[in-house]
Amino acid sequence: MTTDATPTDKYLEVQQSAEFAGLRRKLRNFVFPMTIAFFLWYSLYVLLSAYARGFMSVKLVGNINVALLFGLLQFVSTFLIAWYYSRYAAKELDPIADKIGDELAGTTVAATPEPVETDTTAGTTAGTTTTTATTDPEGAK
Amino acid sequence: MEPYFQLAAEASSSTSRTLTITLFLVFVAVTLGITIWASRQTKTATDFYAGGRQFSGFQNGMAIGGDYMSAASFLGIAGLIALYGYDGFLYSIGFLVAWLVALLLVAEFLRNSGRYTMADVLAFRMRQRPVRTAASVSTIVVSIFYLIAQMVGAGALVSLLLGIKPGTTFLGMDADTAKIATIVLVGALMIVYVVVGGMKGTTYVQIVKAFLLMTGALVMTLLVLAHYKFNLSSLLGEAASRSGKGSAFLEPGLRYGVETADAAKTFYSKMDLLSLGIALVLGTAGLPHILTRFYTVPTSRIARKSVLWAIGIIGTFYLFTLALGFGAAAMVGGTAITAQDKAGNTAAPQLAQELGITYLGGDTGGAVLLAIIAAVAFATILAVVAGLTLASSSSVAHDFYASVIKRGQAGERDEVRVARISAFVIGAIAIVLSIFAQSLNVAFLVALAFAVAASANLPPILYSLFWKRFNTSGALWSIYGGLTSAVFLVFFSPVVSGTPTAMFPDSDWHWFPLSNPGIISIPIGFLCGWIGTIVSKESDADKYAELEVRSLTGHGAH
Repeated sequence: MTTDATPTDKYLEVQQSAEFAGLRRKLRNFVFPMTIAFFLWYSLYVLLSAYARGFMSVKLVGNINVALLFGLLQFVSTFLIAWYYSRYAAKELDPIADKIGDELAGTTVAATPEPVETDTTAGTTAGTTTTTATTDPEGAK
Repeated sequence: MEPYFQLAAEASSSTSRTLTITLFLVFVAVTLGITIWASRQTKTATDFYAGGRQFSGFQNGMAIGGDYMSAASFLGIAGLIALYGYDGFLYSIGFLVAWLVALLLVAEFLRNSGRYTMADVLAFRMRQRPVRTAASVSTIVVSIFYLIAQMVGAGALVSLLLGIKPGTTFLGMDADTAKIATIVLVGALMIVYVVVGGMKGTTYVQIVKAFLLMTGALVMTLLVLAHYKFNLSSLLGEAASRSGKGSAFLEPGLRYGVETADAAKTFYSKMDLLSLGIALVLGTAGLPHILTRFYTVPTSRIARKSVLWAIGIIGTFYLFTLALGFGAAAMVGGTAITAQDKAGNTAAPQLAQELGITYLGGDTGGAVLLAIIAAVAFATILAVVAGLTLASSSSVAHDFYASVIKRGQAGERDEVRVARISAFVIGAIAIVLSIFAQSLNVAFLVALAFAVAASANLPPILYSLFWKRFNTSGALWSIYGGLTSAVFLVFFSPVVSGTPTAMFPDSDWHWFPLSNPGIISIPIGFLCGWIGTIVSKESDADKYAELEVRSLTGHGAH
């Protein structure tokens, strides 16, 4: 199972560090309000569809009514929030996460030998030794 | 135009049928080839459960799309829009917005702290055996419900798509035999994909299917839009007038939240709409076959990227279905669609035929496009059921067998062997249940699967990741509480008994007024998790520190 060479106190220490608290705050201050916001925005849409049919049926241009516009706006908002989150995460979260992660990896030196998939398939027949190293992990990390 | 369509359908049905079957066989041959190739690359447990974790963000995004865009969303939503107009669109929006929950709250943290299954995260800081048992139970329940809905749907579709009418036969089979044969065939293929190809094979099947589905939908969308000179308003106008429902067709209320003279009925109908909406949005991030997809990429960053791709692909697809649904209403017409299938499931294939006749050279063109879309529909079903079977067999092997029975002492090879056997057994059970259920109306099972996922899986996932105090008791309460309340309420709801469209239309034991339990069972799931937590003194601050640090930084990720 997990090579638990990293001592628990190390995790506790990191968890209580100011740096990690900052990461947690930045993450939670973004994802929690954003979740509430899109959930309310979606609920508003469903509620209007259920209870404000007069308003939803107002025609705007030709046969395009408020209901259709509102529905399409849900698509737009979903795309925008996804894009905005990825930008925010790359700028505000990833650098801190990497820094903490590197520090952790550094302090625990020989610990956690990355799970190099040890070929437990013991009797690997000689011919088929090709490992799983297939393709392009999009420049992992 | 209608009589013409019928005539064309008769004339071209045999060409179309042969072509559909040929194309489907090509798809099966290609995917089986990929599966065998994948099996040679599958050596470790990580290969089998997580496809070696080597997929790129785009590949996994496509595979997520392939896993998620079921026949229920392709044929179902297009059909809903074609018959009920706006309300079909409303349904698809819930399926899309749901991905924000996965993106913001689940995907990356799950990838960082888990290994193969949903339970890896749920049991991270809990007592392993009870929590993994519970997670395994809810994984299997969700997957089986979903599987039965898909397989029964496949059976019903085949006779429609191949045009086997009551009284006629095809390869010596009447419509009922063809239905059963289809269920068995679909089941057998999904078992092969999973048992032989594992996650790698299944993922490629899903990528191929997503590509075919997106291409097919794109071509049809472009043809529809071109037909109306890229004027959305005139497409909508024509759809509304040919639907026979006028401008109400473009407004909410024909299918969900229907207003009747009976005030109580209207009230419940609107509550049902809200309930469905909530279950769709909160269910996605609790579907086991979606969650396991996040493990197939190397890092949480790529998991994020794959969700972004998935949002783009799925969102675009639902925009296509909007054009397809309204296009079918406008070009095929409501009467011709309901004449084929009351639920409208053949709207998209009928539209394909109509478009082929108009733009690809008459009847032959119609037969060709119909055949292509019908084959894509089969491919769609196959990819989804394979994903479901894989997720549930992984949970049986990794959670139940390795952790509960063997107490974490199972060898990797042993575990994978059990996973393969479970895939076989689960597949066989799904086939048998689907054959028994084939004459029943089980369309509600998809919505129920979402409701269970939202009530039993999402609460413990969120509590696990974000609530320090959460513990074993809380996890068990929320899983079992959410699961039983959702299933219990549906059992006493109008979709199971007491209405003409119910699963058992001739009996009546229903007292719960809503068809979707989400609005009650999801709060129950969250509430149970909270109560279960505070009544137990257990709390492992050390383990939570490890989980929190790992989930946020990716340290020690598998």
